[in-house]
Amino acid sequence: MKLHKLVANIALGLGAVSISITAFGQDTIKVGVLHSLSGTMAISETTLKDTVLMMVEEQNKKGGLLGKKLEAVVVDPASDWPLFAEKARELITQHDVAVIFGCWTSVSRKSVLPVIEELNGLLFYPVQYEGEESSKNVFYTGAAPNQQAIPAVDYLMNELGVERWVLAGTDYVYPRTTNRILEAYLKAKGVADSDIMINYTPFSHSDWQSIVADIKRFGSAGKKTAVVSTINGDANVPFYRELGNQGVSAEDIPVIAFSVGEEELSGIDTTPLVGHLAAWNYFQSVKSPENDAFIETWHKFIGNENRVTNDPMEATYIGFNMWVQAVEKAGTTDTDAVEDAMIGISTPNLTGGIATMNAAHHLTKPVLIGEIQTDGQFEVVWETEGLVDGDAWSDYLEGSKDIIADWTPPIECGNYNTVTKTCSGQNYE
Amino acid sequence: MNSLARLSSVLLLATSLGAWAQDGADMAATEAASSASSTATAMHDATEPASSRDTLLRELTQASLAQAPRVISELERVGGRELLPLFEAMLEGELHYDADSLQLMRISKDSGGVEQATDVITGEALGPRTSRSAEKVRINNRLRTLLRETIARVNLMEGSDDERAAAARAMLGGITGDRLPLLREAFEREEDGEVRGLLEVGIAMAEIMEASNDEARMAAVAVLSGRLEPPVRNLLSRIRSDENASSELREAAAEALDSIQSRIEFYQLLEQLFFGLSLGSVLLLAAIGLAVTFGVMGVINMAHGEMLMLGAYSTYVVQQLMPNHIGASIIVSLPVAFLVSASVGVLIQRYVIRYLTGRPLETLLATFGISLILQQAVRTIFSPLNRRVLAPEWLSGSWQYNEVLSLTLNRIYILGFSLVVFAILLFILKKTSLGLNVRAVSQNRAMAKAMGIRTDWVDAMTFGLGSGIAGIAGVALCQLTNVGPNLGQSYIIDSFMVVVFGGVGNLFGTLIAAFTLGMGNKFLEPMTGAVLANILILVFIILFIQKRPKGLFPQKGRAAD
Repeated sequence: MKLHKLVANIALGLGAVSISITAFGQDTIKVGVLHSLSGTMAISETTLKDTVLMMVEEQNKKGGLLGKKLEAVVVDPASDWPLFAEKARELITQHDVAVIFGCWTSVSRKSVLPVIEELNGLLFYPVQYEGEESSKNVFYTGAAPNQQAIPAVDYLMNELGVERWVLAGTDYVYPRTTNRILEAYLKAKGVADSDIMINYTPFSHSDWQSIVADIKRFGSAGKKTAVVSTINGDANVPFYRELGNQGVSAEDIPVIAFSVGEEELSGIDTTPLVGHLAAWNYFQSVKSPENDAFIETWHKFIGNENRVTNDPMEATYIGFNMWVQAVEKAGTTDTDAVEDAMIGISTPNLTGGIATMNAAHHLTKPVLIGEIQTDGQFEVVWETEGLVDGDAWSDYLEGSKDIIADWTPPIECGNYNTVTKTCSGQNYE
Repeated sequence: MNSLARLSSVLLLATSLGAWAQDGADMAATEAASSASSTATAMHDATEPASSRDTLLRELTQASLAQAPRVISELERVGGRELLPLFEAMLEGELHYDADSLQLMRISKDSGGVEQATDVITGEALGPRTSRSAEKVRINNRLRTLLRETIARVNLMEGSDDERAAAARAMLGGITGDRLPLLREAFEREEDGEVRGLLEVGIAMAEIMEASNDEARMAAVAVLSGRLEPPVRNLLSRIRSDENASSELREAAAEALDSIQSRIEFYQLLEQLFFGLSLGSVLLLAAIGLAVTFGVMGVINMAHGEMLMLGAYSTYVVQQLMPNHIGASIIVSLPVAFLVSASVGVLIQRYVIRYLTGRPLETLLATFGISLILQQAVRTIFSPLNRRVLAPEWLSGSWQYNEVLSLTLNRIYILGFSLVVFAILLFILKKTSLGLNVRAVSQNRAMAKAMGIRTDWVDAMTFGLGSGIAGIAGVALCQLTNVGPNLGQSYIIDSFMVVVFGGVGNLFGTLIAAFTLGMGNKFLEPMTGAVLANILILVFIILFIQKRPKGLFPQKGRAAD
């Protein structure tokens, strides 16, 4: 008896929900948000969820899109990589979203790829990554290695005269691929094997004493030494603290980081970090009218003047604006039409330049090098002269330098070998 | 402390500067700096017209990062020692100027945390002013290097003992033949032994570069033999591979290098021993509370890591309550953390574990659940983000024994602290009546009860003691790692590993196991890397437990059953 009643109630409830969804569905365009709201990545990804919500709100204030209101659908993949694929499927098949903004770690993106290609969805990925990928259904609005890692090394080599290199990273796919590219690049520049030291550590590593002592010894050989750090997450705090305690200052051995931004610095004691470097395509401290407006809107939306902005937020901002423009241009939210419309679209970025989507689904970006200041912000000390065009396949890796991505006819391939003139199709494993 | 840290950083930067100057990459700044240095001593008592200084000071506020090095060199030339406070304020990022009048001032926080402006040269107070209302004089790494060098040169003649030693060290990095007169002059005036030694090295290095006859150069090489300063090593290895030098000189250099190398290897071994001890002390701290709850009482306590976490959060809260006494806050945190973790431990024991005596599987699941609840509670109360716990002045920096051996202070303190905690725990268990009761109950509960011991009460106190000690360990750990909801999880495996390896129920076993594993890890790490070292240690323990299931020091007699 009881069971019957329960089932009936559930059925009723579900009915009500689906009715309300269809009632809404008629005059809204749905925007999927696939960012972890719990688990280890929640620290970084929650901010991006808020950014998308803010952008949706702003767009609706302007009257929506194609005469309809936008509606955000937020799901929580909980830092669980296989769950990203399930949640992506749920967003596309059940919620019928027109576009998804989401993912942070490369492994989560790789998990979503097969689903998004199978169901012909649309994903905007806003984080700097290791490259070696270009999918028809994904737009990469973060930096490719040639827009972050390579210019950073150029800066150290040319401006600071660095001759000895420590490549330190967390042990997973992004640091390993990036370091592979950097090693090939350094060797191409004539750096000897003995002048490169590579080191990997587990996630949340906290005992850095021997590694820092090694770096110190490696750096005492009379040549200017720098550390290129792809150390991810909270392992950075004990790392920088140990550097400070062992008396390695930024002037002796500068550390340039690719995953330390304003958000990561906001929770920690920045004293031991002052003077160390980070390479990004955006810093909150950059002065431009667009950036001032963005920061103001963000503070108003989040209701806290102390919240910082960072590079992946800018990438989300650019991606969202591009999508809106592409939909307006195509006159529909149909995936194929929007994909065609996306290529060549330009929108102002937050640092006073223009971001353009290229045929490989990557952006043009300026590259900035910033020094960490006592207040947790960055002072820009160097930037590329113009914008750098994102390159999906590295030019320095064997097996990757002949490959290009071009989603315009006649190639229409994310993995096209220019020597054998063949397209090897999908590129996820 | 501060001066120690600065001294070592100056030394390290000196080496990098040597390389920098060598390939002549930075012509402008270094040339300007070195010309300024040779004139600095001659000039600084001659009074320049103040107007040129004022012009330069105004220029400093408007200079771009690329122009600033020239302005600073000029300032050193006209100002000398008088401008030392200016250079220091700039180095520390506290130099500001008024946007309208371009007047320079130092804005720093007073003891009450209020920002106060002071005249940068005279130190005269200009009243409270926020750094937001003034423009900051911009600074980057290149300027920091230059400023440290400038300060070193000014200090070489007139600073205190420490300052002169730091200055002499800093000069070793960028040494060239034309520094000889300045070095000789300083050497003549110098009375302090350490500084004299450093200056002698500097003179020898300059002579090797300058002198034309082999005899003088050989004599200089002899002076350098056994010196550990990195610039000395670099110079000697350059001579060793220099095609133009005579074979005798090259041989002498090689010999000197060998003697240096063997000394360095000796100190490296010492350093590695210390790293092993330090990791061992961290493992000991993490495991020592568990040695009581799991080892003595036999409760599989999966919430042990969260007791560490509560201790760390207690430190955070105490620091929030006394933001102006960071140094004392760590001391105050110790009893607070003990009380917080101990009371949570007693509550867990009274309301959960007590009802699960003799059911290890249920205890495991229940305490695992409690650990999740505690984590989520912390997430809800404090936010899922890591909290920042500041390191007090007396816990940062390092103790420099010589050029190649320096031990970080926080690790030294934590090593000592872990041994003290261990001794206290041992005392409580062996010498107090609580300890006697605990041992009696853990050996034979029924008999102890028959003898009139309140076993319930003893259980609660023991669990509280173990948890409280874990809390104290948390205070120490927050100096080494991140304070966040996941802190406990990263230590729980290590803790069980240590206790099981050492032999359940044996405190000395825990002590020895912790230091063995720490040493093993640190001696493997240089060979295999951090990731593989961890794995190898785990594999070793699995094999060891196969062979000796009861750990290093199994309990003997009837208590073992």
